[in-house]
Amino acid sequence: MGRLRNLLIPGVDKTLLLKDAVKTMPDLTRRRFISGGASLGALTLLTGCDVTDQFSAEEMLKQVSKFNDGVQAWMFNPDALAPTFPESAITKPFPFNAYYSLDEAPEIEAKDWKLEVRGLVENKKSWTLEELYKLPQVKQVTRHICVEGWSAIGSWTGTPLRDFLKIVGADTRAKFVWFQCADKDGYNSPLDMRSALHAQTQMTFKFGDEILPRAYGFPMKIRVPTKLGFKNPKYVISMEVTNDYKGGFWEDQGYNSFSGS
Amino acid sequence: MSSIAASDEQASAKAGTKAKVIQPAWVRALHWTNAFAMVLMIMSGWKIYNASPLFDFTFSDSITLGGWLGGALLWHFAAMWLLMVNGLIYLALGLATGRFRKKLLPITPEGVLADTKAALTGKLSHEDLTKYNYVQKLLYAGIIVVGILIVLSGLAIWKPVQLQYLTAMFGGYEAARYVHFFCMAAIVAFMVVHVVLALLVPKSLRAMIIGR
Repeated sequence: MGRLRNLLIPGVDKTLLLKDAVKTMPDLTRRRFISGGASLGALTLLTGCDVTDQFSAEEMLKQVSKFNDGVQAWMFNPDALAPTFPESAITKPFPFNAYYSLDEAPEIEAKDWKLEVRGLVENKKSWTLEELYKLPQVKQVTRHICVEGWSAIGSWTGTPLRDFLKIVGADTRAKFVWFQCADKDGYNSPLDMRSALHAQTQMTFKFGDEILPRAYGFPMKIRVPTKLGFKNPKYVISMEVTNDYKGGFWEDQGYNSFSGS
Repeated sequence: MSSIAASDEQASAKAGTKAKVIQPAWVRALHWTNAFAMVLMIMSGWKIYNASPLFDFTFSDSITLGGWLGGALLWHFAAMWLLMVNGLIYLALGLATGRFRKKLLPITPEGVLADTKAALTGKLSHEDLTKYNYVQKLLYAGIIVVGILIVLSGLAIWKPVQLQYLTAMFGGYEAARYVHFFCMAAIVAFMVVHVVLALLVPKSLRAMIIGR
């Protein structure tokens, strides 16, 4: 708060400054900012705080969310497996969900695609789909839970991420594996190393025993049944083993970063 | 009814000598903290519900908190700490001081029936606010149980892997969402009745603010 106040220019109307600042925001952010402000505004009426205190409420919520990251990391039991289900329990049709419509989903040509491996790894070579398909695969039938509340049971087959991290000689003492994707506007998401090393965390190549369809992230998605859906990136094009928190598409907008199930 | 009348007389006799504390300070502090946390939880919870409604309706944005799903989740998972810590202190003190036992027990079906009848015919006495009638006992004990259930079902939705035994107790993730929703509905219904009755008997509201 103190830092923010210092940034304001003396003699400049804070309200007008705010209005101008909002105008420069991209559309989506602006809409969220304003609608967020509107209900914070309602609370402002109750508490009698002035407009700049919107920032302190937002700041407080961010701090609590960080605290909740810590609590969830503490609750996370690396040996606890997500419940698995019989094939008969699979949700049909399994929903397509994204911040864009299905016809805006990335269309990736298998022969053009390569998985880039970066950061704290011994072998930084890129992998073709053909090479990845040769790795041992495991199937899981687990519940996918969306941050919105709905859930669906699906069947995913692929290589445990921890096996792959071992093959590329990743430094598993690093804090995160950061994924970048081919989605429009560039999707990305960080995954904490303990979750990355969980037995069920998977580089997924098949859904329902068939090659992963475009709707669910062809050619590769990361299936993390111990995390909410948005922490399960699709259309993955690179992974980076890193100690830096690089943020994520939804994480940066306010979804809790750990978001463990 | 005669026993209620008799104890009312005793109470007013005592009250004559010295105005006694009806609601001790700890009850008042925890009550209003709980009310505040509940309102935050319910308003943000409605916004979260709207992202994936269980039924054929959504809550108007004007009565929700957070602006969008992400904002509502931040509020919900911040206010939950206030609600849980406050609720745990309340349960601990309620048990330790014997308040639950003294105020809420026993609850007999005959007592509840008689007092419901008395309430509906406008004959229920509110002379001695330190003693709850059977309808109050039932509702207050009931809402404590609902309060525990809404926290547990919330945890079951939040952590269906780490707390999977809890989630299974509610019949799985999807069932826990319904339990969580119906607990909310019960709390909102309770709040409506509770506020209306507190306004109809203003001295009960005064007692929850200044203690007497």
